[in-house]
Amino acid sequence: MQVATGKSILNGIAIGPLRIYKKAETQTAVTSGLTPEEEYARFEAARVKAQEQLGGLYEKALDEVGEENAAIFEIHQMMLDDEDYLDAVKGIIDTQNATAEYAATTTGENFSAAFAAMEDAYMQARAADVKDISRRVVNILSGQEDADMLAGQPAILVADDLTPSETVQLDKSKLLGFITRHGSSNSHTAILARTMNIPALVGVDFDDSWDGKLAVIDGYNSCVYIEPAQELLATMEEKKNNDLKQEALLQNLKKKPNITLDGKEIKVYANIGNAGDVGLVLQNDAQGIGLFRSEFIYLDSEDFPTEEQQFLLYKRVVETMAGKKVIIRTLDIGADKQADYFGLDKEENPALGYRAIRICLTRKDIFKTQLRAILRASAFGTVSIMFPMIISVREVRDAKETLEECRAELQERGVAIGNVEIGIMIETPAAVMLADELAEEVEFFSLGTNDLTQYTLAIDRQNPKLDTFYDSHHPAVLRMIKHTVEAGHRHGCWVGICGELGADQTLTETFLRMGLDELSVSPAAILPLRKKIRSLDLSKESEA
Amino acid sequence: MKKFEYTINDPLGIHARPAGLLVKAVKALDSTVTVEKVGGKSAEAKKLMAIMGLGIKGGDTVSVTIEGGDEEASAAAVEQFFKENL
Repeated sequence: MQVATGKSILNGIAIGPLRIYKKAETQTAVTSGLTPEEEYARFEAARVKAQEQLGGLYEKALDEVGEENAAIFEIHQMMLDDEDYLDAVKGIIDTQNATAEYAATTTGENFSAAFAAMEDAYMQARAADVKDISRRVVNILSGQEDADMLAGQPAILVADDLTPSETVQLDKSKLLGFITRHGSSNSHTAILARTMNIPALVGVDFDDSWDGKLAVIDGYNSCVYIEPAQELLATMEEKKNNDLKQEALLQNLKKKPNITLDGKEIKVYANIGNAGDVGLVLQNDAQGIGLFRSEFIYLDSEDFPTEEQQFLLYKRVVETMAGKKVIIRTLDIGADKQADYFGLDKEENPALGYRAIRICLTRKDIFKTQLRAILRASAFGTVSIMFPMIISVREVRDAKETLEECRAELQERGVAIGNVEIGIMIETPAAVMLADELAEEVEFFSLGTNDLTQYTLAIDRQNPKLDTFYDSHHPAVLRMIKHTVEAGHRHGCWVGICGELGADQTLTETFLRMGLDELSVSPAAILPLRKKIRSLDLSKESEA
Repeated sequence: MKKFEYTINDPLGIHARPAGLLVKAVKALDSTVTVEKVGGKSAEAKKLMAIMGLGIKGGDTVSVTIEGGDEEASAAAVEQFFKENL
């Protein structure tokens, strides 16, 4: 058995024989026997045919991967209409008495090199697109159509590089996965693979002896096993079957409401820790984002992120969610999450220390930068703001006052702001006890059960010695949740859970009976939770 | 000649898709439209690869010039395009 690693494009398993695909090297004459006018006419005829092919590919992609991803072929068509590109081809034919093939190839390489030299990773990836359109024209000129890359057999395709058009042309019923030596996880080909749900690795240093051998792409661990041992193969088969089951569940439950057999509905939202997770949120059909942990913006930075940087990120998430609710939790840094530039002191007891809202209310400059960014993003969709680690009514009033200051500043600047719902995390026993008073101040509560459990039981979850004392279903915690729901509802607040307990299916029935309005869980837990909700009947006696 | 400045909101900047849409929009106008990255290179807006080659990112400011034809109408159309797509 041999193992090679690469960059994974999709978390999935593919099992099958490898097929190495080599692009036909087209030998083209440099100098033409024809006049430049005749050569250019040849180029022009081939270009028209290439445009037709691209139109066909656009339609095929539209069908298979959707408008957003099909757009690349429209871009290809426009690139082939580009004046600078056409002028360059004509110039080479005219001045060097070159063949149309040579002129197109050279122009493609020149433009591709210019893109490859750009700073931006996205633009670098466009180098492949320019090469792709030139190759298409050259293939037409030399009468060479693309060979069937899979030779009609199901296989994992192995190639130096795959262009977007090659990827779309592949017969999806035969393509098990693919491996390339070059290419980035940012390329259109990678994006297409993700959309088509095909396991793929890029940046793999393969060798020709692999051809025809049985292999497994393990997208979870970013590696490929060639001629895997029997035991490993069995494990991978099982993993793959689990994925298929999950996929089937997904297909069945998508677009279905989260409703019990007797008609009680509950919202299921997603927790995310990164703007990149939004794709998963939509894939798993969440009704909204119940917890957007904004800390990652700070943890990924070398210095305090600016209002503009934060605004662009929030806006992207809010726009992608297209009107569905996005609850942004303000900065929850401190304790186990540290960023050097905050210059925080080391503490004896960080869980009970200077963190979250306590930092925000004493360093208003940091807090206001974030609040302005969130308010600006609110004009692009449905945004809620949630304050963490609240223990008193005064803190909530302070935070709201600061938010109003930010709103006034933005209005003075003439910036558009949407309607923003305000809520707090309930994650301290103090907040639970004061739930009635707090509910007067806000529109929603979200229970952070991880911290609430740790503070209620006085148990550090990181300490393995305490495992025997720890009980995630401790009656004290469950009573706190119940108390919070009742107090919230008395004052017109909706109440949800955004901690890990929300995904615990042994408690789903209990939560529904308590009257919780929302559960926010990791994207992968959404559909299994939906399945559970849809199997419950609250009109019957509880089995628990 | 008409001129306006605009700060790009799209975090990806003028990437392939909006660049393609821009070319399409500008080709329908009877004016010459030039996009300049403030403090950088400039390109004619109907040339796709040149526009992409400017490498304009989210947060960058561009200066857009409209010359010839019905400048008033073209400028309004181009400015509208930037607001809606970038």
